[in-house]
Amino acid sequence: MKILVPVKRVVDYNVKVRVKADQTGVETANVKMSMNPFDEIAVEEAVRLKEAGIATEVIAVSCGLLSCQETLRTALAIGADRAILVETDVELQPLAVAKLLAAVFKKESPDLVILGKQAIDDDSNQTGQMLGALLGRPQATFASKVVIEGGAAQVTREVDGGLETIKITLPAIVTTDLRLNEPRYVTLPNIMKAKKKPLENVKPADLGVDVTPRLKTLKVTEPPKRSAGVKVPDVATLVAKLKNEAKVI
Amino acid sequence: MTALVIAEHDNASIKVATNNTITAAAKCGGEVHVLVAGHNCKAAADAAAQIAGVTKVLLADAPQFADGLAENIAAQIVALAGAYSHILAPATAAGKNYLPRVAAVLDVQQVSEIVSVESPDTFVRPIYAGNALATVQSSDAKKVITVRTTGFDAAPSTGGSAAVESVTAAPDAGLSSFIGREVAKSERPELTAARIIVSGGRGMGSGENFKILEPLADKLGAAMGASRAAVDAGFVPNDWQVGQTGKIVAPQLYIAVGISGAIQHLAGMKDSKTIVAINKDPEAPIFSVADYGIVGDLFTIVPELVKELG
Ligand SMILES: Cc1cc2nc3c(=O)[nH]c(=O)nc-3n(C[C@H](O)[C@H](O)[C@H](O)COP(=O)(O)OP(=O)(O)OC[C@H]3O[C@@H](n4cnc5c(N)ncnc54)[C@H](O)[C@@H]3O)c2cc1C
Ligand SMILES: Nc1ncnc2c1ncn2[C@@H]1O[C@H](COP(=O)(O)O)[C@@H](O)[C@H]1O
Repeated sequence: MKILVPVKRVVDYNVKVRVKADQTGVETANVKMSMNPFDEIAVEEAVRLKEAGIATEVIAVSCGLLSCQETLRTALAIGADRAILVETDVELQPLAVAKLLAAVFKKESPDLVILGKQAIDDDSNQTGQMLGALLGRPQATFASKVVIEGGAAQVTREVDGGLETIKITLPAIVTTDLRLNEPRYVTLPNIMKAKKKPLENVKPADLGVDVTPRLKTLKVTEPPKRSAGVKVPDVATLVAKLKNEAKVI
Repeated sequence: MTALVIAEHDNASIKVATNNTITAAAKCGGEVHVLVAGHNCKAAADAAAQIAGVTKVLLADAPQFADGLAENIAAQIVALAGAYSHILAPATAAGKNYLPRVAAVLDVQQVSEIVSVESPDTFVRPIYAGNALATVQSSDAKKVITVRTTGFDAAPSTGGSAAVESVTAAPDAGLSSFIGREVAKSERPELTAARIIVSGGRGMGSGENFKILEPLADKLGAAMGASRAAVDAGFVPNDWQVGQTGKIVAPQLYIAVGISGAIQHLAGMKDSKTIVAINKDPEAPIFSVADYGIVGDLFTIVPELVKELG
């Protein structure tokens, strides 16, 4: 069984992002970049399936700037076998990414694609579902448990009321939630090994995909700032303030 | 120009997230229709017809819609899409699951989690866990949108008298099947609809200790929430999680107990009207957004608070 894992390079989740003064976006120059945390979980899950003898090959793919190679090397260090960079400097929106991934899917014919549920920069939560629709294949989003058996995946999903379990026929799309697994730390020997693993470079045109953005960002602004209130000395003062000042109880 | 809102419902009644989405749809400029896709869901469709501002309800009632499988719901929406300029769903776990499939089939770039409608093609949405707000304009012929419910008031549940029209059900895609559900039953209000929320973090120390929050929630008629750390540690169920990747809430009062205030948590609750923080660390970031903070041990403060509330 072959698994495809799309990984996105994003501003590290610990960075406090700043909106640019000209309102064109957020500051990304000289900011620490990392693999989207949900995608790390996706790579980890795929590698565990390989270690369990269920998967035979794990292919990481990233779409974007040449610097995404670094993110792919991280995926290879976690344990992916090879990587594909779809290189472009056009701003990629989820529909375009899904089309690129669909083209890669058709070349590679994987049995499973594991994506993150959401990229922590655009917070779109779309790509996996779109890929499923473009390919006419089923999806299990927000996965907290994945069991592969008999040409299907049984997936436990985190939903608003709790958990639900569904069964999807392979090939299928899974998107990860935070509690699916805890990604391993990459070790130095594995980082060294990753440097020797194959990394292919293709362009959107090679895949026959038009990636022109459909959404135009008119401006990016800072949300209204919430100012710190007061520290109250005791519970009696708190209750009085909630009653008389905030009037919420 | 007509907007189609996909209802969130339990076959018997409509979830309030639908009402918020209807308000957003009305701001897109035209009439508002509602689709109720489910099984034995006529009661829900009738309830949708009462919501103020709704002019037509489409009812798709078939077994393949019983459990909300994304492939089947999306196929139904696509089958009806032709007549609509805007298709909107609440940004709930369900809406986020099926709507991008609709967008992809229609070759539309979805606009996720809008908090404001500027014009029929221009919307505001938070990015980077709410640390920035992007105003985006869609060039697609149809707009496919998920709506962050905290951004819009709920349309009143009464006042409308729309006709309910049955539509031909899209066939079962046969790609997925439903196996089971573990729903945490609770007498408390639903997290995303509650007026007051009492939330606990890692500082609670254990699931057992969460019990000390119960009398507080009881007194206030509050829902209970949690940080990711508390959920990951297994103290409480996953659907209690508030934050960037959990639920987005904006109650009148949010009481954060033993929660440090990581950006990912703040992303889910910082639009609450009044925030109270109880934390023993005076430097905890939660105090930078709290209207009222108390520094101290939660295990003494919470019982005191319960007593003071009388
Ligand atoms: C991609 C990603 C997504 C995430 N999404 C979310 C999300 O949706 N929601 C979310 O909450 N987090 C999310 N997180 C995790 C987030 O970064 C924090 O790790 C988490 O919010 C911390 O939870 P906490 O405040 O309960 O724990 P901690 O940060 O450990 O804070 C515990 C607090 O309790 C206080 N405390 C301890 N004992 C006591 C006591 N006896 N009395 C009073 N105070 C006490 C401490 O002073 C401390 O401030 C996400 C992280 C990532 C990487
Ligand atoms: N540029 C990209 N390259 C590779 N994978 C991506 C890219 N953008 C999004 N993805 C994948 O799609 C998931 C969801 O992203 P999004 O729909 O943007 O929130 C991510 O977690 C990745 O797995």
